[in-house]
Amino acid sequence: MKPFDYQRATDTDTAVATVSRNPNARYLGGGTNLVDHMKLGVSSPELLVDVSRLSSDTVETLPDGGVRVGAAVRNSDLAAEPIIRQRYPVLAHALLAGASGQLRNLATTGGNLLQRTRCVYFQDVTTPCNKREPGTGCSALDGYTRYHAVLGSSEHCVATHPSDMAVALTALDAVVHTQGPSGPRSIPVADLHRLPGDEPDRDTVLEHGELITAVDLPALPMAARSNYRKVRDRASYAFALVSVAAAVDIAGDTIRDVRIAFGGLAHKPWRATLAENALRGAPATEATFRTAADAELAEARPLSDNEFKIPMARNTLTSVLRDLTQQEGS
Amino acid sequence: MTSQVTPYAIGTALQRLDGRSKVTGTAPYAFERVVDNATYLHPVQATIALGQITAIDTAEAEALDGVITILTHVNAPRLASTEDRELAVLQTDRVSFRGQLIGAVIADTPETARQAAGLVRISYAQWPHEAELSSERSDLYTPEAVNPSFPADTDEGDVDTAMSAAPVTLDTTYTTPLEYNNPMEPHTTVALWNDHELTLYDSTQGAHTVRTTVAPVIGLDPERIHVSAPHVGGGFGSKGIPHAHIVLAALAARTVEGRPVKFALTRQQMFSLAGHRTPTIQRVRLAADTDGRLSALAHDVVEWTSKVKEFAEQTAVPSRNVYAAPNRRTSHRLAALDVPVPSWMRAPGECPGMFGPEVAVDEMALKCGIDPVEFRARNEPDVDPETGKPFSSRHLVECLREGADRFGWHHRDPTPASRTERGWLVGTGVASSIYPTLRAVSTATIRVEAADHYRVDIGATDIGTGTWTALTQIAADALEVPVGHVDLRIGETAQPEASVAGGSTGNATWGTAIVEAARALQDTHGRPPEIGAEASGTTPNNPETERFAMFAHGAQFAEVRVHADTGEIRVPRMLGVFAAGRIINPRTAHSQFIGGMTMGLSMALHEVGVLDTRFGHVVNHDFAEYHIPTNADVGDIDATWIDEDDPYVNPMGAKGIGEIGIVGAAAAIANAAHHATGIRLRELPITPDALLR
Repeated sequence: MKPFDYQRATDTDTAVATVSRNPNARYLGGGTNLVDHMKLGVSSPELLVDVSRLSSDTVETLPDGGVRVGAAVRNSDLAAEPIIRQRYPVLAHALLAGASGQLRNLATTGGNLLQRTRCVYFQDVTTPCNKREPGTGCSALDGYTRYHAVLGSSEHCVATHPSDMAVALTALDAVVHTQGPSGPRSIPVADLHRLPGDEPDRDTVLEHGELITAVDLPALPMAARSNYRKVRDRASYAFALVSVAAAVDIAGDTIRDVRIAFGGLAHKPWRATLAENALRGAPATEATFRTAADAELAEARPLSDNEFKIPMARNTLTSVLRDLTQQEGS
Repeated sequence: MTSQVTPYAIGTALQRLDGRSKVTGTAPYAFERVVDNATYLHPVQATIALGQITAIDTAEAEALDGVITILTHVNAPRLASTEDRELAVLQTDRVSFRGQLIGAVIADTPETARQAAGLVRISYAQWPHEAELSSERSDLYTPEAVNPSFPADTDEGDVDTAMSAAPVTLDTTYTTPLEYNNPMEPHTTVALWNDHELTLYDSTQGAHTVRTTVAPVIGLDPERIHVSAPHVGGGFGSKGIPHAHIVLAALAARTVEGRPVKFALTRQQMFSLAGHRTPTIQRVRLAADTDGRLSALAHDVVEWTSKVKEFAEQTAVPSRNVYAAPNRRTSHRLAALDVPVPSWMRAPGECPGMFGPEVAVDEMALKCGIDPVEFRARNEPDVDPETGKPFSSRHLVECLREGADRFGWHHRDPTPASRTERGWLVGTGVASSIYPTLRAVSTATIRVEAADHYRVDIGATDIGTGTWTALTQIAADALEVPVGHVDLRIGETAQPEASVAGGSTGNATWGTAIVEAARALQDTHGRPPEIGAEASGTTPNNPETERFAMFAHGAQFAEVRVHADTGEIRVPRMLGVFAAGRIINPRTAHSQFIGGMTMGLSMALHEVGVLDTRFGHVVNHDFAEYHIPTNADVGDIDATWIDEDDPYVNPMGAKGIGEIGIVGAAAAIANAAHHATGIRLRELPITPDALLR
């Protein structure tokens, strides 16, 4: 760990200008991932600009019925917010499935979205990694891949995105608001994270210096019937082998509409549009659920240690949809 | 018979005497010892598994403000002995495993030391290494002995003939993975070298062991090495013998003579420097008649050691004593690899060695159509199968029967995969536990400071087990005084020499020494002895070991739930019933038992060191990736015991209990997982993917 400067930002414009003009500056939110990386030598910023007191830490209802979550809202607070628990249970469940109580008390909404992969080779500076040092090679490809991707990976990187919250936000069609060197913009969460391609060092589409200021949840009545299911190697404090975020709108026995995203399968939260298309208008039966899962997973390409993720993803999606469609109607 | 101490304080659930100081943060652990003018050490570790250092560039590191010195093999003081190659740090340019200590930065702050260590540039000539364990390796060899001094192989009767003659046989292979002790307190040392005297505040299981091991390595008279370890935050064997970091700290202290050197391993560093349990490959063969009586039991083990130093885990040894079978064979074969040095981890031998056979017994019981509890009872030996000696006491069957009653075993439908509750498949399993009752040699001194003040000195250690409390109880009964009159002092080489806290020998060894000292005091100075009287006692050889085989036993029961869709596995309930002689302190004993069982749950479901053979290191080397159970994984774990009167083991009638709680726990869980799902798992850990359907 090398010495670094620390500044507490007082306004967004100054913070963005400060980080934008220094390629070795980083924003600091809860620090639950970045500080670890600094200790491990994965990241060696010269300057940290603390934005945890800068962005909004409130959750507010928007005129169109949606909800705006400030980027500095802590994960614990967001999970406990009544409006989130009532209208977007999938998000509350996903937040509570992540990390530990202590980490959730620190982690922010913006920072959670930008956490980096837990690939053991990325986190170990003594092993090659294209994401950490482009061009050095991917150690995971022929290495330990239990937690790695089966969808959308490349020969350069097979890492997965570790966030639970982001999987729920992807299913909910949430939108990220940013302030960057080129001004403000809005990005659907589904488009925020990238597939690795030949630039695995770029996790997201954000420019250097671009700051997440808020996340908007659309008014989505069907999200009241939603859930997040995380399958992992122990009951708490472990990253997903496979996770499923789903919301269902059901009329009688027919699925009118559905939102599905997978975690633990790809370099980004994986919106399961093929599965959604297979389910819309279909009867809510075990066979339909499995067919839909298979449609999404047809392109999956497992590695040596993670072939199980394909049946596990199919079974977990089936399990979640069974539970959601058998619930008393809302 | 050994003359028994009349229990008065012994057997009472005295609260931990050190509990208050621990929960208030005032109990001094090694790294927290307040020293003046401290320096901090951060090591440089090899990033290749085998080869030679060709160049070291320390210029950039040395240029940092606050760096005092940087030690490498080029400039480090020479050691007096390099016979123990694990401890021979910085003596050659040779790299023998990835993560080996190849340098040390000593600086004014830990931050500077760590930063500078990252700036030391090392060039290597890298050689091809070997880090893959397989039973197919052509270079497997038979060690001269297995830990600590058991024969590597035994062969009685004719297993092959019994196997071909028997109506029911089983020949299967089980594996346990690379595992790490991971005590909560990392390995830490504060070393001060001053005028040919070395003081070590160390996190160790044995202050005197550190002294006697380190003295010849660094070439100091043992009397000039002073070790202090009053409180230790767990060891599980990894602090049983000093590892290389202590020698590195001593070398650094010698280099900055007069200034203390503080060195705490990071969690990641512990994965290459603090020992581990070898992976094991266990072939088990059983033969039985249709009534489930075993005619043959063979246990053939393949495991690894390090080319640096041999450690041969005695994995097949418990199979020599557990069940009656006229034809028995055990063997150990080792692969010497370019890996860090394996060492003791809670119940070395018994812990991995009771996994394979106890799952095999479950498989045999099913094949014979006999309840697994009953199957074990039918194979209860009359005498120790290995030596032919009677047992000083043995209540394995009683533990199994008592456990079955308490656990509700009799309501069980033996058919696998026959019970589902709300989407979870439910099953139960059982396994036996065994651990030898051993003792070492220690000396205690007792001095009468006042009529109500007996000072008891012994260099024993409390690694979180309750030694402070239990030895006080033993001393009180030996002296026939209330516990409040006993002033126990442990954890220092300034006290009479004591054995390591290992092999579940602590209370038996130290307690016997204290009883000897108390009797000497009373014999010499009468009752009550006069103020100022003093006497010493040393643990004698126990002549009863010539007549009796001595073991503690137990039965472990587990309930397992497996999610029908996802394969997630949970253990809502475990029960252990043990027979371990007289229990000194029910409160601390219960903690020891359930702690061992929890570690067994961890072994069953979570722990695996993933060694990437290309690099030669464990890639999941932190607590985010190397899993141990969280609170959410640990359900209702309970332990109880049978009153067992054994006048032969020692004056307290007590057997060691630090390790038996882990023995058999993983097998009970694996057997329950089979009962729940019908899927037989012979490889640990058991993870959801293995149970997916």
